[in-house]
Amino acid sequence: MLRLPFLRSIPQVTRAATLGGRTVVTGAPEKVEVFIDGQPVLVDPGTTVLQAAAMVGVEIPRFCYHERLSVAGNCRMCLVEVEKSAKPVAACAMPVMKGWRIKTNSELTRKAREGVMEFLLVNHPLDCPICDQGGECDLQDQSMTFGSDRSRFTDITFSGKRAVEDKNVGPLIKTIMTRCIHCTRCIRFGSEVAGVDDLGTTGRGGDMQVGTYVEKMFLSELSGNVIDLCPVGALTSKPYAFMARPWETRKTDSIDVMDAVGSNIFVTHRTGEVLRVLPRTHEEINEEWLSDKSRFACDGLKRQRLVSPMVRDSNGKLVMVEWEDALVAVARALQSAKGDELAAIVGGFADAEALVVLKDMLNTLGSESLCTEEIFPMDGAGTDLRSNYLLNSTIAGVEEADVVLLIGTNTRFEAPLFNARLRKAWINNDLRVATVGPKVDLTYETENLGDSVQVLKDLAEGRHAFSKVLNGAKRPVIVVGSGALQREDGAAIFQLTQRIAQNARVASNVSHDWRVLNVLHRVASQVAALDLGYKAGIEAIRAKPPKVLFLLGADEGAISRHHGDRGAAMADAVLPGAAYTEKPATYVNMEGRAQQTFAAITAPGLAREDWKILRALGEVVGVKLPYDTLTQVRARLTEVSPNLTRYGDVEAANYFAQAVELAKLVKAQPSSAPLDVRQKTLEDFYMTDSISRASPTMAKCVQAVKKQRQSKY
Amino acid sequence: MYPEGHKRAAVIPLLDLAQRQAGGWLPISAMHAVADMLSMPKMRVYEVATFYTMFNRNPIGKNFVQVCTTTPCWLMGSEKIMNCLKKKLNINNGETTSDGQFSLLEVECLGACVNAPMIQINDNYYEDLTEKDTEEIIDDLKAGREPKAGPRNGRFACEPRDGLTSLTEPPPGPGFKIQPGL
Repeated sequence: MLRLPFLRSIPQVTRAATLGGRTVVTGAPEKVEVFIDGQPVLVDPGTTVLQAAAMVGVEIPRFCYHERLSVAGNCRMCLVEVEKSAKPVAACAMPVMKGWRIKTNSELTRKAREGVMEFLLVNHPLDCPICDQGGECDLQDQSMTFGSDRSRFTDITFSGKRAVEDKNVGPLIKTIMTRCIHCTRCIRFGSEVAGVDDLGTTGRGGDMQVGTYVEKMFLSELSGNVIDLCPVGALTSKPYAFMARPWETRKTDSIDVMDAVGSNIFVTHRTGEVLRVLPRTHEEINEEWLSDKSRFACDGLKRQRLVSPMVRDSNGKLVMVEWEDALVAVARALQSAKGDELAAIVGGFADAEALVVLKDMLNTLGSESLCTEEIFPMDGAGTDLRSNYLLNSTIAGVEEADVVLLIGTNTRFEAPLFNARLRKAWINNDLRVATVGPKVDLTYETENLGDSVQVLKDLAEGRHAFSKVLNGAKRPVIVVGSGALQREDGAAIFQLTQRIAQNARVASNVSHDWRVLNVLHRVASQVAALDLGYKAGIEAIRAKPPKVLFLLGADEGAISRHHGDRGAAMADAVLPGAAYTEKPATYVNMEGRAQQTFAAITAPGLAREDWKILRALGEVVGVKLPYDTLTQVRARLTEVSPNLTRYGDVEAANYFAQAVELAKLVKAQPSSAPLDVRQKTLEDFYMTDSISRASPTMAKCVQAVKKQRQSKY
Repeated sequence: MYPEGHKRAAVIPLLDLAQRQAGGWLPISAMHAVADMLSMPKMRVYEVATFYTMFNRNPIGKNFVQVCTTTPCWLMGSEKIMNCLKKKLNINNGETTSDGQFSLLEVECLGACVNAPMIQINDNYYEDLTEKDTEEIIDDLKAGREPKAGPRNGRFACEPRDGLTSLTEPPPGPGFKIQPGL
């Protein structure tokens, strides 16, 4: 079996030889003509039979082959007949030769498939009626299409089929190992994409098992993806076990908001209940993966929800009231304060629509104190230049980088899919990664330059040993975590980062469309809020406490949110909002790509979409906001910042040199405190926001990881 | 010895060394030690250790008796040898004697078919066996002597039992059957 992480350690020359003609093609390759069922097709040399067939729209059945994993060639389902070949060939592993005539529908091919299928089914339990994969099972589908119409399997002695003990790999993945057909997709995913070599095959022949050998949790933030990869029901979702059949559910396209990556998702729901979240392929963001928090924290959407407006009564208790009373109470408070005594703080889940309506309302009332919970240094160019706060290289773009410097960020937990891209580039592209900050395991090799701010100073002045590497890089990328900018001296750190990026840019002499400076955000609302002109950080509000503070889904500080926790407990009035699965809303991810969610279900109880609440409140306060429908709100968004409604596009930003010039005005001096990250290990990853904190599955994960840490394996 | 980047090629030799050091079997701590030495994931070592049947993952006796029962040996009476061993050692296939001296295991072909039937005890092959030979070997081992390895019917190695049937004459010299014209 090909193991890419292993190949990584082989010098380049040898590696080219190992991979043979499959990936390394020198010079202008001549196209090779092959015939698939008589249809001629021109392909690059090294293309496999399976890929060539896919080009003319012929799909060859497969179990072990997966586009994003290395080729294993062990399930044999893709056997096809090639004219003048003595035996059928495995299409997924065999590169085409000139003039090959491949028959994907011949008698021999059909017989080969039937045979393979029969062997697979001999040791596969007939438990489809109680199997969670039923209805979305590759084995089921392919046995219907390519299998035999009758079985020769007779167990007249009742000796039983092969049976395998189930493994316990944590609270997310349910294993029924008897169903395993040994395609090794999960193993390859673990070792290639997730970078966690915990899964493997033990034993041989009929005793071969896929598992961890010793009882061990699959310690990865991407573990849920093996559920999607598993072509049978061996690995299924534990929280989703026995919940629903795929044909009973509806799928709504949406966007994930658990981190700032903006992964594309399907929300699967039935009768007004979100059942599970699945990844939706988007090549430039999440490919077809999804982080565990995005996938499994959706049960937090059902718990701890605010279902009715609440107002604090004379005893200081929050009591449930009707919308009318709540709006009047809030409006009265708003009216009693002068414009500059009003302020608002927005949290990580706020959508662009709510942000713009809130801003319009408070601005009309005369307040300019609208802040985001996340801090971003406002000195120098601050958030005026968009390039200052975006992940300018784009998520897919980092695959082309050759040197990446990560400053004060643990990409593995702050943006798991961005980290997966870095790992991909590290494997395939000889990417060199260095980190400034605490030593953390990013699943690939990194050089830790230390966690002191002095390192940044040295790098900025070109005195550090790593400066040479950075200056020699052809396509450098510098990523600063928004966590590092939360510090008191965030402005100084950002200024140093800008200088490092600018130096690297000048030294590498890259073309102007290659972007060096990147900011990695941790929450989904931040980029949209900054695009809309929110101030980053709540310092101004702390300095001058307002009379009325409006919290839009913020943790620390009253009023519109969907989860009842700290923020809601503090408030004098609570207006229940809709979560991301319950409203059509716009979110901008850290690259600056606007994307929209769609309403999968209706919000629980009396909860309403945030922008509608704010619009209604405006009416009561006496601020007539000029929009009544979502379309009109979006028109207003376009007015403020046109990129917010160009869905799917990354609006590139520039002016790096100017930002560096402006940064020279920054007076803040870096402190001596070492750079730190909040999420260091896997147990810190699961519960970071109000949805994941309300999720029982995430709580179980934290427990399981802690338990695993005590195990000697 | 192993070049950088190919260190994990040493996994089988190292596991073998570890097995010898640990007294004929591979405890999981030994697998971990090998994984550490080769800086490879533990799972990849488990895979190798569980795949090869010559790695024992359970403790075995001091003398590990492996009896070949694949076709040629079976034709030559390996069943008798097996039964003899069972009786002599008073254990069944896959068991270890209570004093920890002997373990008995039926295995597939060990590649000495010419000298069938045969058994392997630790690193030695005992070939061309009869029940009497087998008992002698076990007695020797019990007495702490090391029986001589190899064929037991007077053969030196794997030459034909009743003398050579071919290549009996001295080899012809140069120019044999060469064209007269040359």
